[in-house]
Amino acid sequence: MSRTRTPVVANWFTGEGEGFRLLGTRCSACAAVFFPREDVHCRNPGCGGGDLAEAPLSRRGLVWSYTDGRYRPPEPYVSDPELPWRPYTLIAVELEAERMVVLGQAAPGVHVDDLEVGMEVEVVPGVLHEDGETTWTTWHWRPVGASA
Amino acid sequence: MDDLALAARGGERVTGEVAVLGAGMHPWGKWGRGFVEYGVVAARAALADAGVDWRSVGSVVGADTVRGGYPGYVAGATFARALGWQGARVSSVYAACASGAQAISTARTQILAGMADVVLVVGADAAPKGFFRPAGGDRPDDPDWLRFRVLGATNPAYFGLYARRRMAVHGDTLEDFAQVKVKNAASGALNEYARYRKPVTADEVAASAVVADPLRLLDICATSDGAAALVLSSMEFARRHGAPDPVRVRAVSTVTPTYPNTVLDLPDIATDSAAAVAPAGRTFRASIARAAYEEAGIGPEDVSLAEVYDLSTALELQWYEDLGLCGEGEGAKLLHDGATAPGGRVPVNSSGGLASFGEAVPAQAIAQVCELTWQLRGAAGARQVSGARVGVTANQGLFGHGSSVIAVR
Ligand SMILES: [Zn+2]
Repeated sequence: MSRTRTPVVANWFTGEGEGFRLLGTRCSACAAVFFPREDVHCRNPGCGGGDLAEAPLSRRGLVWSYTDGRYRPPEPYVSDPELPWRPYTLIAVELEAERMVVLGQAAPGVHVDDLEVGMEVEVVPGVLHEDGETTWTTWHWRPVGASA
Repeated sequence: MDDLALAARGGERVTGEVAVLGAGMHPWGKWGRGFVEYGVVAARAALADAGVDWRSVGSVVGADTVRGGYPGYVAGATFARALGWQGARVSSVYAACASGAQAISTARTQILAGMADVVLVVGADAAPKGFFRPAGGDRPDDPDWLRFRVLGATNPAYFGLYARRRMAVHGDTLEDFAQVKVKNAASGALNEYARYRKPVTADEVAASAVVADPLRLLDICATSDGAAALVLSSMEFARRHGAPDPVRVRAVSTVTPTYPNTVLDLPDIATDSAAAVAPAGRTFRASIARAAYEEAGIGPEDVSLAEVYDLSTALELQWYEDLGLCGEGEGAKLLHDGATAPGGRVPVNSSGGLASFGEAVPAQAIAQVCELTWQLRGAAGARQVSGARVGVTANQGLFGHGSSVIAVR
């Protein structure tokens, strides 16, 4: 049975392969960028408020910091308690154009020993987990030049 | 600095002081009982310390817990009922880790506004085992739910990110972090209210399991049961009550961040963007302390001791810098110089800190002020900081909360 691919959160990312992007929003009045997206109100306190239009974020950024999770996180993180816990890596990435830091899991196989602060990484499509009918998709950060 | 100098520098603000008449705590631990029981023990201890009859308290302010069901959301009334209804005005506040400080702020505001002469402040928690987790249900509009659902980002994950960043930017080492734990454990061993009362060596920190790289189990604070309470009053009431020279709360900072907030804070998945608006000159954490210093009319050079929120060992070093005890990136050097150790220029976490207590969220910021009170009275026993005249606390929690309290004598 083939599973349906469903984003873990709707409208946070789009595209495949090289065309994969995180989706934020940009205020038409003050040009402030938001991720996670703000769709109703601009949060710049000096802005009278403008329309918020969808804006893809930069594909690449520099590692601001990184860590990993050696212990199973609590729900609503989904993991199979029957299987041994496999640590995953988290990377906080500084996007130059947006001047913001965005957190994400690292692509599978990327460990803290593979990373350095300041290293260039790119956003790639990833799978968070699968259940009976659904493949829950997400974004991952991966060092530029690393193989998929 | 002496009283005259304090009065000269903050003269116009002396009328803004409230007296700390009493401080009390229930020991931190994992006791397996309810938060109300802990809170009442702390409240009774603070009332006894103050020599104040509960029935003459005009207002009770509870710091809420989100882990105790409805009674936790109305903590002020819960404690008032448990102590015996006596008609006092009641408030309950929640501000994540800063809940206790906001309870103190509420009490102080009521006293300074003339709405109450004597106010009881209580915070208590009964903590779960393991990681803190978000409230249940499917709530994709809640950042706290999202960071667990999408990233599995626990609180220690954020502490790990901050620690790694310090290592890269300032050259901090795992050994620096371990020394914070060694220092705080030594102080906690002397504190009857602390949960962990054993000295810890750097080797023991290094040998403990990695939780969130680069931090180990002994770098990260536990979650605990515990309770703390204060009896605050007007200076006029204190004089009439026979306490002409009490410890005084001189400032309570509860400021929010300034947009764009450029440090990744719990529980956020991203910072604000600084593309449209230039960020302020100082970070949120630094602005919390700055507001307290300004309100008190003093500076970091006047501080005798500090109680800071060492959710992790690395964060304690960050607080040294954000409190202005040293320059940016100089936290580890300040530690190694012994300035923040007992007997140093400005001992930090003489109580043992969160390293020795574990976090009991709504009680913790109140417990920080209890320690300042005992130190400023000269009643801290084996932990006493000699000549303590000015104490500062610092604290930060989820969703843009933070606090800093300055107490003087
Ligand atoms: Zn705007």
